[in-house]
Amino acid sequence: MTKLNRLLSSIGLSAALLSAGAAYAGDITGAGATFPYPIYAKWAEAYKAQTDVGMNYQSIGSGGGIKQIQAKTVDFGATDAPLNESELAASGLTQFPAVMGGVVPVVNINGVDAGKLKLDGKVLADIFQGKITKWSDPRIAADNAGIALPNEDITVVHRADGSGTTFIFTTYLSQVSADWKKSIGADKAVAWPVGTGGKGNEGVASYVQRIKNSIGYVEYAYALQNKMSFTQMKNRDGQFVKPDDSSFKAAAANAKWDANKGFYEILTNEPGKDSWPITGATFILVYKTAEKADNAKEVLKFFDWAFSNGDKLASDLDYVPLPANLKKMIRDAWKVQVKDASGKALWK
Amino acid sequence: MPTFLQEARLKRQVVQDLLFRNLTRLAAFAVLALLAAIIASLVVGSMPAIHAFGFGFLTSSVWDPVKDEYGALIPIVGTLVTSGIALLIAIPVSFGIAIFLTELSPNWLRRPLGIAVELLAGIPSIIYGMWGLFVFAPLFGDYVEPWINNHIGKMPFIGPFFSGPPMGIGMLTAGIILAIMVIPFIASVMRDVFDVVPAMLKESAYGLGSTTWEVMWNVVLPYTRIGVVGGIMLGLGRALGETMAVTFVIGNANQLNKSLFMPGNSIASALANEFNEAVGTLYTSSLIELGLILFFITFVVLSLARLLLLKMAQREGHGA
Repeated sequence: MTKLNRLLSSIGLSAALLSAGAAYAGDITGAGATFPYPIYAKWAEAYKAQTDVGMNYQSIGSGGGIKQIQAKTVDFGATDAPLNESELAASGLTQFPAVMGGVVPVVNINGVDAGKLKLDGKVLADIFQGKITKWSDPRIAADNAGIALPNEDITVVHRADGSGTTFIFTTYLSQVSADWKKSIGADKAVAWPVGTGGKGNEGVASYVQRIKNSIGYVEYAYALQNKMSFTQMKNRDGQFVKPDDSSFKAAAANAKWDANKGFYEILTNEPGKDSWPITGATFILVYKTAEKADNAKEVLKFFDWAFSNGDKLASDLDYVPLPANLKKMIRDAWKVQVKDASGKALWK
Repeated sequence: MPTFLQEARLKRQVVQDLLFRNLTRLAAFAVLALLAAIIASLVVGSMPAIHAFGFGFLTSSVWDPVKDEYGALIPIVGTLVTSGIALLIAIPVSFGIAIFLTELSPNWLRRPLGIAVELLAGIPSIIYGMWGLFVFAPLFGDYVEPWINNHIGKMPFIGPFFSGPPMGIGMLTAGIILAIMVIPFIASVMRDVFDVVPAMLKESAYGLGSTTWEVMWNVVLPYTRIGVVGGIMLGLGRALGETMAVTFVIGNANQLNKSLFMPGNSIASALANEFNEAVGTLYTSSLIELGLILFFITFVVLSLARLLLLKMAQREGHGA
């Protein structure tokens, strides 16, 4: 297996070298999750204009991002599914969230407008597990008085590729349905019992728009941009909420972030009457002891700048900026967690 | 010219020849070495999965990254079925195109048609995928699949294969898109080999009163069969390994269904979808083993084709 690892990392290395060819000395490099790529690229552009330091980000997927930072071919890795404490410790990494987004169920049912259909988490899990097969099922109808639901089969659409979106979505389903947790579980790719798979958010979006009486899940931004018919969800406090900036922020505000655990927090099923129940952050991975101290410092400077100046850019792209108290916690964590080879803190 | 000059020149030529021969040999052996290296790295990479699942990997239909259990049955079936559908459609159509272009088409139409077929071969596969998903699948799902459901779907035996929800995506759609993609390959090879059939042979047959079909079937096809089988194998090779176009329209679901309307998965498409985010030794290794299996399938198919040609040649030798 070590041979294979070496092979894979050398492929990764050459890819990194190729893409770094155009970069100037002093530029920082990152790789990983595809979900935050548009905002990282936007931040990088604005940052470069102000500071003349570029940031090269390769959106190769969270798994790839983790492999790349472990192979030390990039200055930071990015992942949608946070690493847990022991995984971080094993690689000597530390982790912090960068930006948030929400996952929203989207449907294509004749006569049902955007934001009208109300779903309970347990019902959603049973639909995706193939236990509820028709839209006219009494359990769906119970929450949707006044909406004429057709007596048609439900077609489930899920992600075909491994993805942080799926991780957030299945984590939520595992929290609300014991049976889902037992028989399927939560991961970036799972053994879907029913349905058809689309590649990427755009694949799921186009399948749902294409197939009548279907239901899928996409990042909030995709639902907005494609004008898809999203649903309301019942949150932990029993309230039906619509997905938007404020309900995502409410979920983040109610989470118990802990810097010592690498801010490991999946914002699903958070308490609070306004909280959207399927929210998630995307994370940045850096080494605790930086071999290349200058680069590591530049990475922190970049995200410090983004936290201070990048909120509007994020909102414009339908991402949700981190709340102010969380940003402060992250900066405080840098002071104690990220050090150079001699043990001196890189962030003051 | 004095003899010593001639000898010097001869010597130089010998050296040049030697150098040239070794250079070409190096190029040829580099291919072999590359092939061996790829096989070796695939085998090494899939070792953890081979140890964990053994031959059960080939017959298991489980693909569960959460529980770390993997089986290749569904992608293998999907790959073979979609490629099979593609060939069933592509071979007769390509044969028709080649016959028309070499025998029946008016001269002024030959060049533009031939160029059009070759241009089709040059379109990147992702374009076929996008076209398949956004243009073909909606039309197919709205108009063709309901018709098939109502007519062929009710027939005995083959009915269950052709009935199901008309989603427009699934194994049948993937097979049809693949057929469109391999037609240019098979058709242009067929046309080229049909073109080299000596006119005398064909004219003799026509002279004896044969129809065009009889000439094609009894004279041209036997004469060119090696080239024709080669063209079909080229097409099959592309269909087996095609990734992007299939990923778009096959539905990517790890399910085994009788109905061709339902989504399935193929080896190449599973690899493209999952490799990026595959974390953990067993997951990665299972995906690599899928790659190894695809390699093996291609190898077997090519060998079978060679065997078929050999048998045909033997039978002919026997008859003569």
